[in-house]
Amino acid sequence: MEVKKHYWNQYQKEIADDDYFYERSCIRQTFFPGSETTFLRIMKEELGKNIMDDPNLHTCTGIGYHSDVVAFDTTQTVCARIFSLMTDSGLKNYVPSCVTSFGLFTELIETWKHFPEELEKTRENLRKATGREFELPTNIAHPSDVIFKFRKELKEKMKYQLVNKHTGKPLKVVEHIGCHYGKVFSQHSIGGAEFPHVLAGMIEEWGGEVVDYPERRHCCGFGFRQYLVMANRGYSVANTKKKFESMKPYKPDFIVANCPGCTMFMDKWQYTIAEMEGITYDEFGKGIPVLSYEEMAGMLLGYNPWDIGMQTHQVQVESLLDKIGVEYDPKDKYIGKSGNYIGEPEKPENLKV
Amino acid sequence: MVKLYDVLLQDIRFQEGLNACMNCGVCTAICPASEFYKYDPRQICDLVQSKDEEKIEELLKSDTIWYCGQCMSCKTRCPRGNVPGLIIMVLRKVSQELGYFTESEKGRQQFAIKRVIGENILNTGYCAHVNILDPKMHPEQGPIWKWYKDNIQDVTDRLGANYNRLGPGALRKIPEENLAEIRKIYEVTGGMDFYNKIEKYSKEKAKDLKMSFDEQGINNEYFYHVYLENKNNHQK
Repeated sequence: MEVKKHYWNQYQKEIADDDYFYERSCIRQTFFPGSETTFLRIMKEELGKNIMDDPNLHTCTGIGYHSDVVAFDTTQTVCARIFSLMTDSGLKNYVPSCVTSFGLFTELIETWKHFPEELEKTRENLRKATGREFELPTNIAHPSDVIFKFRKELKEKMKYQLVNKHTGKPLKVVEHIGCHYGKVFSQHSIGGAEFPHVLAGMIEEWGGEVVDYPERRHCCGFGFRQYLVMANRGYSVANTKKKFESMKPYKPDFIVANCPGCTMFMDKWQYTIAEMEGITYDEFGKGIPVLSYEEMAGMLLGYNPWDIGMQTHQVQVESLLDKIGVEYDPKDKYIGKSGNYIGEPEKPENLKV
Repeated sequence: MVKLYDVLLQDIRFQEGLNACMNCGVCTAICPASEFYKYDPRQICDLVQSKDEEKIEELLKSDTIWYCGQCMSCKTRCPRGNVPGLIIMVLRKVSQELGYFTESEKGRQQFAIKRVIGENILNTGYCAHVNILDPKMHPEQGPIWKWYKDNIQDVTDRLGANYNRLGPGALRKIPEENLAEIRKIYEVTGGMDFYNKIEKYSKEKAKDLKMSFDEQGINNEYFYHVYLENKNNHQK
């Protein structure tokens, strides 16, 4: 009997059980603050874990570093300051929310391993600038790694599955792990760059089916300076479009992304392409909903979609909620914390809402 | 006179990124930038390892080194462990240190990135932040972004954030004592000097181009020139 070889098994990593130091992401906070709230809620309320959210945290400089305005020595030392905050807390298991940060921290750990003089220089720089000392983390895991680790425990608590309630069939899910999760140092990711499994493992465990489309590993198109400068954004949208065209024949029910930037681009570029060219990648002109993995987990756990931030997406999520049978109140969608109705966003011209 | 190749070699990322390229072109096959721009990471490796000073200087002054998106797809496939993306990072660093970046349209954009992302790090402690993403500068964000920004406090409060307040939580205000330490790190590590070089060479270029240039902010002619200029001669 032929047994299918699971190549992703060659890329396994150790993920700490408890006592995490959480590093917030500039991009995720900006676009998906509800996702970070949801992750911490899952960790504390569903899994009973200890995880610290330090108010003294700041950027790792990742976007500035990869758009080449922040010098390497500066980046190393700013990141060392974050490690010094973790050292002060007594924690050793580092969980950076951003994929750019995750890639950057794995780069620093590997750099300091192979070039110990860089580590010494960074220690001196930090000492001179702030008087601080730092220890290296004993474990670095992306939050998706942690969710992956506890995917079976979470399944036991879930109210819904990734199954179409009308047909009983698994939902077809496109997953995107983000370049700097698996391409910078593959050994730090589940499945590496070639056999991405961190999101696939969640999808399969929670009842869905992963779409293995040709451009699955292609970049979302962020490209740092290629998006940050308006004159370059054609690069960004063209690369995302390549992915959409590749996935379209498989008729995915939704996309789930690991990186906050990728989540935002795959949502917003669908709007842009619809407005510029009148093209959408679903059958109904509404686009393919794009979720963060925290939103996917929170949705299946039965959290109110409007409490976790699903109303802040440009591609509307109701078609997905209806397929799964998620209960929600449409009138609650645009209610703020104050309890007041805050009005609806304008409707796009082409992308249907 | 110090050779440019030796300057590149001083950076450990260059040492890690270039290990005798055999010109197979696998990096080019997988590169998103190669599909979009007149860009070929194989040629970058080949040119740099030739140690031809004249060609390296020409490269440092060109648009070419600014086409890469640093996705690091090249790192996953090279049979010899080369990383063109890392080589690019070092070329860009040296181009800015020597002032060569203002010789190309794409290189001049570093001024806009420094004024937005670079300053935001020092002023707020964030690389990117909801406050700096103006819907007019980011039409691709759609009407949902305007709605989000217009109702930022009420929306983000519902999502459990702590927008613009002290204490833990998403989008919190980062205390001044933390920002002071970040600025001090910049001073000690040369980060401030690097910013100042980008400013100095950009100011000189603005003068050459007879464009207005303010010492701070983005409301000046040169900023919008580099942010928007596209000669559309970059693609294949």
